[in-house]
Amino acid sequence: MPQFLPTATDTHAWGVALAGSLAPHSVIALCGTLGAGKTHVSQGIVAGLGSAASVTSPTFTLVHEYLDGRLPVYHFDFYRMDSTAEVLNIGWDDYLDEPGVIVVEWADRFPDLLPPNTRWFQITLPETGGRSIEEVPPL
Amino acid sequence: MPDCILALESSCDETAAAICTLDGTLLASSISSQADIHRRYGGVVPEVASRNHILHVRPLVEEVLAQAKITLDDCAAFAATSGPGLVSSLLIGTSMAKSLAVTTGRPYLAVNHMEGHLLSPFIGANGPVRPCIALIVSGGHTMLVKVRAVGDYQLLGRTRDDAAGEAFDKIAKMIGLPYPGGPEIDKSARTGNPKAFDFPRSFLDGRSLEFSFSGLKTAVLYELPKLDLTQPQIIADLSASVQEAIVEVLVEKLLLAAQVHQEKLITVSGGVSCNAHLRSRLQKGASKAGLELLLAEPALCTDNAGMIAFTAAQRFRQGHTSPIETDVDPNLSIISS
Repeated sequence: MPQFLPTATDTHAWGVALAGSLAPHSVIALCGTLGAGKTHVSQGIVAGLGSAASVTSPTFTLVHEYLDGRLPVYHFDFYRMDSTAEVLNIGWDDYLDEPGVIVVEWADRFPDLLPPNTRWFQITLPETGGRSIEEVPPL
Repeated sequence: MPDCILALESSCDETAAAICTLDGTLLASSISSQADIHRRYGGVVPEVASRNHILHVRPLVEEVLAQAKITLDDCAAFAATSGPGLVSSLLIGTSMAKSLAVTTGRPYLAVNHMEGHLLSPFIGANGPVRPCIALIVSGGHTMLVKVRAVGDYQLLGRTRDDAAGEAFDKIAKMIGLPYPGGPEIDKSARTGNPKAFDFPRSFLDGRSLEFSFSGLKTAVLYELPKLDLTQPQIIADLSASVQEAIVEVLVEKLLLAAQVHQEKLITVSGGVSCNAHLRSRLQKGASKAGLELLLAEPALCTDNAGMIAFTAAQRFRQGHTSPIETDVDPNLSIISS
């Protein structure tokens, strides 16, 4: 059942709420077009886990680590990645072994790399404005 | 008497090596993907495919030694970027620099990548480093920093979501321009009307020195279904309007920071500082406000080791070295502790 999020503040709050259900080795896959709000959701998740850090987009920097919350968060972005080998090159397997939470934007670029326990979310932009987010079956 | 510093940079996509003298004169600088450098002048990197730092690092060291016509014996210290960046990438450069330091018995210096960008406008004829307000603007970062002296920095503001270079790049993709998008928007905007679309300027509140560019991306996304993107003029107008929205915020906030902190010198570095419209607006804005402006040279805007060698030389002259056990830090901060 998709949930409607009228504003960026609602998107952030949705991420904060999701954070409450996360445990070590949780993996969150975020999918949606450019500008859909994936980074806003990620900001909510990091804040919801108690980190005071300022969360920015990891598109160019590829991974950001937030270690000051209830669980460490490793925030990935596959947007600029061209092959699974590249993702493995930046230590993807090592991060999966860490007892933290992994959040991946553009996870649908390389669904094979995501472990079976991954929760997948699709964000869409209704024509009338706002955002819609829905948990979807694994890709 | 050894009077050079050899530095390595491997914080993200690029592997790079450089040599400078202890007084900061660059003797050699090379990047693993040098052949591509012109195509990528906008600070955006098209592929991560060549992230084979480990294959590049040793040939690069040999190449810069040959370029500078020196040997390892002439190096007073070895430096490498120790953060911020990707742990797996950072480890390649730092391990190599530490190995060189240990085998030659010379000191090692860990350098902050962002400090490298921060000081890069002072490389060459523009030195020595002076107090200033600095804007660092690239694909991964957008920040305003007050520089009191080498090593004495205050963060005034940074982006809360996307970096400016990332906004350029992703919006270019949305309107169908080729990758890398930053330079493409720059080019396409030349025949466009910057007032054709009134995109939001994210000034946050009037006095804030923080940035936000994700709202612009969403605004463009909502505009697109109304437009015929097969018309070159529409693309040019979109490019010009988007560029204007980004550049205006960058210039206004830099000038505001200089005014608030009563600083007469402003500097700009990072890949986006190659953008022609930004450079021209900065020059106009600085001259109107009676400020001196220093821009990093285009070759030193994107990630490079020249800025790391230069920063290491500044630090080394102040008497700094780093313990060999210094670890890499993906979240390394630029702020003096």
